[in-house]
Amino acid sequence: MSDQISLSIAEPGKSHPLQKTGTTLIAMAILSVFIALFGPGKQHPFIFFWLIICLTISGTVIYSLPLFKGPAGIKNNGIMHQKLTNRGAVAWGIAILITGFYILLYWFPYLLEGLIRVMDPLSLLLKGKEANQWFMYGFFYTLAILVMGFRFIVKYRHVRYQVIRTISVMFFQLGFAFLIPAFLEKLNEPEFYFSYFWPLKYTYLFPSDVGNLISSGNIGFFMIFWGAVMTFIATPILTYKYGKRWYCSWVCGCGGLAETAGDPYRHLSDKSLRAWKIERWMVYPILTFITLTTVLLWLNSWKGGAILGGISGTFAGWYGFFIGSIFSGVIGTGFYPIMGARVWCRFGCPMAALLGIIQRFKSKFRITTNGAQCISCGNCSTYCEMGIDVRAYAQKGQNVIRASCVGCGICASVCPRGVLKLENLAEEGRFEKYKRPEDVKG
Amino acid sequence: MHIVVIGNGITGITCALNIRKLDPGSEITVVSSESEHFFSRTALMYIYMGHMKYEHTKPYEDWFWKKNRITLIHSHVNFIGAEFKVVNLENGRMLHYSKLVIASGSVPNRFGWPGQDLQGVQGLYSLQNLNEMEINTRGIREAVVVGGGLIGIEMAEMLTSRNIKVHLLVREKNYWSNILPEEEARLINRHICEHHINLLLETELKEIISDEFGKVKSIITSHENSIDCQFVGLAVGVKPNIDLLNNSGIESNRGILVNEYLETNIPQVYAAGDCAEFKYPELNDPPVEQLWYTGKMQAEALAKTICGQKTAYRRGTWFNSAKFLDIEYQTYGRMTASLDENQGTFYWENRGGKKSFRVTFNKQDRSLVGFNLLGLRFRQALAEEWIINKKPVDQCIIELAKGWFDPEFSKLFTKDIQNKFLSDTNLKLAV
Repeated sequence: MSDQISLSIAEPGKSHPLQKTGTTLIAMAILSVFIALFGPGKQHPFIFFWLIICLTISGTVIYSLPLFKGPAGIKNNGIMHQKLTNRGAVAWGIAILITGFYILLYWFPYLLEGLIRVMDPLSLLLKGKEANQWFMYGFFYTLAILVMGFRFIVKYRHVRYQVIRTISVMFFQLGFAFLIPAFLEKLNEPEFYFSYFWPLKYTYLFPSDVGNLISSGNIGFFMIFWGAVMTFIATPILTYKYGKRWYCSWVCGCGGLAETAGDPYRHLSDKSLRAWKIERWMVYPILTFITLTTVLLWLNSWKGGAILGGISGTFAGWYGFFIGSIFSGVIGTGFYPIMGARVWCRFGCPMAALLGIIQRFKSKFRITTNGAQCISCGNCSTYCEMGIDVRAYAQKGQNVIRASCVGCGICASVCPRGVLKLENLAEEGRFEKYKRPEDVKG
Repeated sequence: MHIVVIGNGITGITCALNIRKLDPGSEITVVSSESEHFFSRTALMYIYMGHMKYEHTKPYEDWFWKKNRITLIHSHVNFIGAEFKVVNLENGRMLHYSKLVIASGSVPNRFGWPGQDLQGVQGLYSLQNLNEMEINTRGIREAVVVGGGLIGIEMAEMLTSRNIKVHLLVREKNYWSNILPEEEARLINRHICEHHINLLLETELKEIISDEFGKVKSIITSHENSIDCQFVGLAVGVKPNIDLLNNSGIESNRGILVNEYLETNIPQVYAAGDCAEFKYPELNDPPVEQLWYTGKMQAEALAKTICGQKTAYRRGTWFNSAKFLDIEYQTYGRMTASLDENQGTFYWENRGGKKSFRVTFNKQDRSLVGFNLLGLRFRQALAEEWIINKKPVDQCIIELAKGWFDPEFSKLFTKDIQNKFLSDTNLKLAV
């Protein structure tokens, strides 16, 4: 018998009638999106808006209801058997659908006209002007975090850390990344996201953005001040105290989508040593690149364009295209069902890289391993969305201290022996290994 | 030096890896007929339930073994020729060893029930068993699991995850009541029923009935009740796998007999893990230890002995853990189902009846004996420190908050437990 033995070709569990009802409603929501796209959306924006919202929300809620059935606990039954979550045909279909949506959104928004018009009533209400493709995108992004966040909370309702953390990402997405920027526009102020900072939102410290903000008066000054304080003061302090999780799995919108909509795909991350090597060769160079670009832009603006002419601007343009659009959007989100939900966060995000360096070398955060209780089962590594081989640490009685850990806490939740705990403790001794008292005595 | 290890479970592999660390020069070969690579046996249930795939249960990537110069042979050992220091393999190869480690594990018990060899009747220990179970349970509606222990409840959970109706036969008055005190055992009884598993206490298997094709059709219990089922899981413990010893001259009883250094009667031949039996176990220690943790600890001690630092295996402060469906179990110290006459105990259960805390102590000096926890997590290092130092139970209860290991923001029950401890009149009488 070889390792390739097929233990996973099991009969898929029968779907619950409520799940079938839920998927029916979601299918109708998708159908409504298509109909809206072909024109009717423009004529009846109200009808389609409410149709899409109600069908999506009710569909997801009804689909999640069977999760309430039975006692609370980790129920990952069948995840490795289903086509949706096991890179089956359905997963590929969804990946192509989302990827295609991103391509249209970035480069052919006029093809989405019918759907954008559906957002007009809401956009007029919030922003005081007609919707564009970004408003429509923001709307669906927020909707995804809210409905899938609800599902997540139901699934992990027995773990308060997970519930509170998810309410937090839902709050920051809805308030800081959707409503507040829209209100600001209504007040004729610059559209500003208070939950994104340099280097993730790299333009916030570019001379051009800073210049624009200054020209918009006091609120602009506050925004520059906020951005600079968050990047240079709050980020190191909060990361020192709580690890990078304060941002990556509590506040960030990219993280928020990964934690909620991406939850069914968290096990697809690559845990191999090779993947870890690739990660380090990608994420740190990207941080270096955006830092250098920012510095060059400032030098250039200081010297009145005398040093490099347009070159640093070209750099920024390339970065925006390859990293900002293709990597974080098309690949980062489109490939959820194939590569897991944190591809961007792990391999590309310069903010994650910066937070990770602080977390690894100067932080009180760690995942503690409880003595010798690990049974090497592998649930922790399997469900780590960042591809960390958590088990490799736990089975040695070592604490997990890794730059990439976003502190989602799922490893501790899925562990059947309660071996892992996310903690902020004294910095001293955090790398120390557990030793049995018998061995310490010699 | 060529060290041959028979068995690639946690014991064999831990031994091989520790030898490699201590002695970079030796040649190490691990033989297994179960799987090509080391996987985690404890995770078998999660493969069946679809939480993980087989590949996820391998703690090391496949390249790891070559890099660490550990040769893996996927074959069965037919014969051990201790006289000439050779091992004969099923594939015809013969391995010469300088030192031999036998870590061949266990096989499921069968107690000679009528019908126990029918199709659809099996135990669960190995990867092969899991494969059998996959085939045996495909498309079935009802199953019987025999045994009120850890494997029994795991099999029941596995089958329930596939929407198969499970009848769980437990010989004792309560689930796992030879280990769990009555309150904890009852708590788990209730949780089993909450999962719609038909828990049949004080019920034994009498006979398994066949259909016309030699497949299981139903069973008859010790109460003469008939239960229809298409699968019977036998989870009534395991016994050392020592078939490979025949005529080797290696001494055995239930398991391979070893001393505290895990040495058998034949020089340079050692045994550890499930298959080993201590000839002179310490007071209150069982001669055969069939646990993941003890297998690992035995292997660590043995690796030192093999590499020239003769080390006796010491079990140390007792600990164990398990999970009963959704409820985690942790235990520290020597906690027994019934109390020693010199012992006092304190038990707390939360209002929902899904979390419990027990502390047992010596009545005379009030020193701590140990903890039993259900649905609560506690720091092992702290529990061990308190147990070794014989900390007074009252002080332990005062400092309880230091020990919790539950996730941040979890509702903790320190105050509840402390208040109950103070007001527990029975306890005061017992003191």
